[in-house]
Amino acid sequence: MIHDALLVAGKDLRLEARSRVALNQVLPFALLVLVLFAFALDPDRGLLEKATPGLYWIAVLFSGLLALQRSFAVEAADGNRDALRLSGLDPAGIYLGKVLAVSVQLLVLEVLLLIGVAVLYSTHLGGWLLLAATVLVATAGIAAAGTLYGVVAAGLRVRETLLPLLLLPVLAPVLIGSTRAFEAALAGTPSEGWPWVGLMGVFAVLYIVAGVLGFGPLLEES
Amino acid sequence: MTTEIASGNQGSPAKAGVDGPTSTGSRTTLVLGILTLLGFATLGLMAFVVTPPDANQGDAVRIIYVHVPSATFAYMGCFLTTLGSAIYLWKKSQWWELVAYAGAEIAALLTAVTLLTGMLWGRPTWGVYWIWDARLTSTAMLMLLLLGYLAVRRLPADYSVRAKRASIIGLLLVPNVVIVRESVNWWRTLHQTATIGLHTKMDGIMLFTLFFGFVVIGLFFTWLLIHRFRVAWLEEQVADQGLDAAIAERRAEGTAEAEPTLPSHLSTGEATP
Repeated sequence: MIHDALLVAGKDLRLEARSRVALNQVLPFALLVLVLFAFALDPDRGLLEKATPGLYWIAVLFSGLLALQRSFAVEAADGNRDALRLSGLDPAGIYLGKVLAVSVQLLVLEVLLLIGVAVLYSTHLGGWLLLAATVLVATAGIAAAGTLYGVVAAGLRVRETLLPLLLLPVLAPVLIGSTRAFEAALAGTPSEGWPWVGLMGVFAVLYIVAGVLGFGPLLEES
Repeated sequence: MTTEIASGNQGSPAKAGVDGPTSTGSRTTLVLGILTLLGFATLGLMAFVVTPPDANQGDAVRIIYVHVPSATFAYMGCFLTTLGSAIYLWKKSQWWELVAYAGAEIAALLTAVTLLTGMLWGRPTWGVYWIWDARLTSTAMLMLLLLGYLAVRRLPADYSVRAKRASIIGLLLVPNVVIVRESVNWWRTLHQTATIGLHTKMDGIMLFTLFFGFVVIGLFFTWLLIHRFRVAWLEEQVADQGLDAAIAERRAEGTAEAEPTLPSHLSTGEATP
């Protein structure tokens, strides 16, 4: 399972390294969102700095959606879905591989966005341990749930509009948790943030288990 | 492919063997419907005339005779959806899949009723339609999760595709509702400890009216559930039969065109302009 997962993740990341879609399209989109927030909320009133945790995670969620769409668009072309099924790879391995590849891309995106908010919103970053833990578990949660719902929407004509409707309500706990944890870290009161990291950890584990168990049947049909 | 064939085979003997509904109603639903309507009339009478206004909330309290039962049965619908989805995924029983679908639709309706009556109650009581209270927020999220399930269930795709994908969403519905609810609860209680609920002293006739509201909404729920189930069942049958009929028609056309010899075929073509 782990071997298959690494194979699939390697394949997806190699695809990304060669096509550079996430780098050339998703990342600029994420930065664009940061700039749009500045247009919407007057930068002079200090609102941006105060609202950094929320704005940051909204930007991550929206660009994460694009990365997830991309992750399944790659499989939709040329009957790749059937090829994956015929490959004899463990479905749980395929799921974990997809989660891993999306996570790696999201992590890169998040680090760059973090630099973005530090520069553009002049947010003083602090509480690094909590920040890093939050980014890690939130990414795992987004990728785990996103991959599971992504395959539900994959291959349908309405997938672009369906995935946000399905996924965003489900990710509400991750948004709440990551925003609160970031607020705690930036305010210098990390002890308030750790319970939220725990909550997101539970969320990520639940979805990974659900994905490992449920991906096989989902991949089989159609 | 194999799963499609399997589910297709599974569907048809069930339809042929078990006496599936042939219309959207039955004698039971007629009786249930009449009871429900009478119940609503009586509930209205009790809520507006018989019961006194509340000491604190005044007349606004009357809305809870519908609000609380609606919320309860909305949850009931969600549980039915998750249960039905689980059984469909496990046993491929179309019957349970349709129960899940019907449950989700009615749950969405009752959640909307809950939100609407809640907002109407909030306006005179709190002065605003909406506050970011834990309960309100999680109910709104429940509504969105239900809309997601229904969106998948109503996809323009084959029954097996729709049913299977919707069932996965349905299976995750109750766990998601629980997770979202807990996180929202936690989120809000960290900020404001005072959660304004529907706490009010109820006794005698008011408590009885609330219980009666549960009975009426319960009847309403059951009535709609049976109807929706039958409609969904018939819809799937029509879709199946429609395809069969269309194939038979095309085949008949093909043989009709093939049988006559060429000259007669041409002559009939000219004779009927």
